[in-house]
Amino acid sequence: MSAGLEIINLTKRFERGTPNEKTALDSLCLTVPAGEFVTVLGSNGAGKSTLFNAILGKFRPDHGRIILDGEDITAMRDYRRALNIGCLYQDPMRGTAPHMTIEENLALAYTRKAGRSFFAVNKKDSARFRELLSSFGMGLEDRMKTPMGLLSGGQRQAASLLMSTIAEPKLLLLDEHTAALDPEAARKVLGITKRIVSEQRITTLMITHDMGMALSCGSRTIMMDSGRIVLDISGAERDAATPASLAAMFSERAHEGLSDRTMLSM
Amino acid sequence: MELLLSALSQGLLYAPMALGVFVAFRILNTPDLTIDGSMVFGMSVCAAVTIAGHPVLALFAGALAGALAGLVTGLLQTALRINPILAGILTMTGLYTVNFSVLGRQANVYLQSGQPPVASATVYRSFQALFPDGTNPNLPVAVLTAVIVACVCAAMCVFFRTRPGMAIRATGDNEEMVRSSSINADGARIAGVMLSNALVALTGSLLCQQQRYADIDSGSGMLVVGLASVIIGQVFARRGGVTLGAVSAVLGSVLYRLIIQIAYSLQLPSYWVKLLSAVIVALALAAPVVSQRLRESRLEREEAAGYERRA
Repeated sequence: MSAGLEIINLTKRFERGTPNEKTALDSLCLTVPAGEFVTVLGSNGAGKSTLFNAILGKFRPDHGRIILDGEDITAMRDYRRALNIGCLYQDPMRGTAPHMTIEENLALAYTRKAGRSFFAVNKKDSARFRELLSSFGMGLEDRMKTPMGLLSGGQRQAASLLMSTIAEPKLLLLDEHTAALDPEAARKVLGITKRIVSEQRITTLMITHDMGMALSCGSRTIMMDSGRIVLDISGAERDAATPASLAAMFSERAHEGLSDRTMLSM
Repeated sequence: MELLLSALSQGLLYAPMALGVFVAFRILNTPDLTIDGSMVFGMSVCAAVTIAGHPVLALFAGALAGALAGLVTGLLQTALRINPILAGILTMTGLYTVNFSVLGRQANVYLQSGQPPVASATVYRSFQALFPDGTNPNLPVAVLTAVIVACVCAAMCVFFRTRPGMAIRATGDNEEMVRSSSINADGARIAGVMLSNALVALTGSLLCQQQRYADIDSGSGMLVVGLASVIIGQVFARRGGVTLGAVSAVLGSVLYRLIIQIAYSLQLPSYWVKLLSAVIVALALAAPVVSQRLRESRLEREEAAGYERRA
């Protein structure tokens, strides 16, 4: 199987040369085969979001390379690499334009892969959006002309999820994308996520603070601490793991303990 | 009637500027102070090309000049990450020198050439010739400007529905979302600022040909005038799409001129206009906050009164 995402010796120090210097990523190496769904655990400040931001091109790393589907994207501008990377954050507001309609938001997100058309919103694409939205079972397909800002958090996150996967990215990054939702909406959005990822076979990294969720989603779980990967389990070892055994394994290898949120979710 | 027609023609002349301010403040959601400078830049370039004998080309040249000024501000904002307000002030300040040079190193220029001076042809002069003698001179101005404004407004509304246009709208709404959709948000922002200033410069060009001269100081306070028009227009369309917003900006421009004309007819000296404009903008911006406070204090009084009765 070819490598979907390859991260080699990635290092990033913030506020270098000051007393506040912090090593956010410490010679991190990670190879994710194409189509694999990896869940990412770690305490606050372990470098999970920094890793995502490095992959997204929000900053340039001090050392190391990032290779997506065989292409070195380390020096690529952020909006260029977004052609093949979808991303979803905890805050549903981040991924959508509140004063534009659902239809317009989707059309904009689809721009990177859409065919040529004079108007951004056109019948053919809209029919496709409607069909995909109706498969969510959240009633969004009847609200295509509604401004995004009027939707609930769950609806907005579901729409953002469609926006970030509509262009069939090679890589999907999920940064606690269900953490800010109510339990019912979180369950729904997670279900849709799993379905889209398995249907499109997208290489996926999902950050979570929920051990149960980390083990029930995807086929591999990694744990980060102080900018390094301290635990990487898959297959039988992972199948046998429970949230409690995972927590025990983690505290054995990590400098810092798990966050309160992780412990509470067990 | 006289007053209405005068307000209509003036309002339409300033309508492209109101549209430009609408693009900057409402669509891009970024204050842009280039406007005071780019309006005069459009006016000066238009004057130069008109005097050279190309009145129609002059309007396009004027608008293009504005787009160029917008390009500078846009680059300052994006490539150099300078605060948008400061970026606008820098361009506006620099433009003073440029405008002075374009006007032939003088503060104002009349649209005439040769010795003895012969009045240059303008689009308004040519259009006026189609009307019978003795027609109110404001009528041809209003008609021709209305046609131009209608075309500009329609083109703008269509543009904002195309992919590049929608990228500009989204950039003003959520820039991060635009980047993650693999669209160059900096490029979209620059294009938006260029469009905005081109529209403002078009008003400069139209004014130049209508009043038959260009003046270096005519741009000061234009931002406030444009804002006043957009805010007055909002009375018709509080929160709507781009098309509704654009049309109400044009309406607002005409209404603003009507207010000014009424002020003039009440013997208000012309130097009072700027203060009047500033007060209109301040009042309109304050209105939602003031009405909210009033509502809250009324509710509070009722609440307190109810509490006293019970006690």
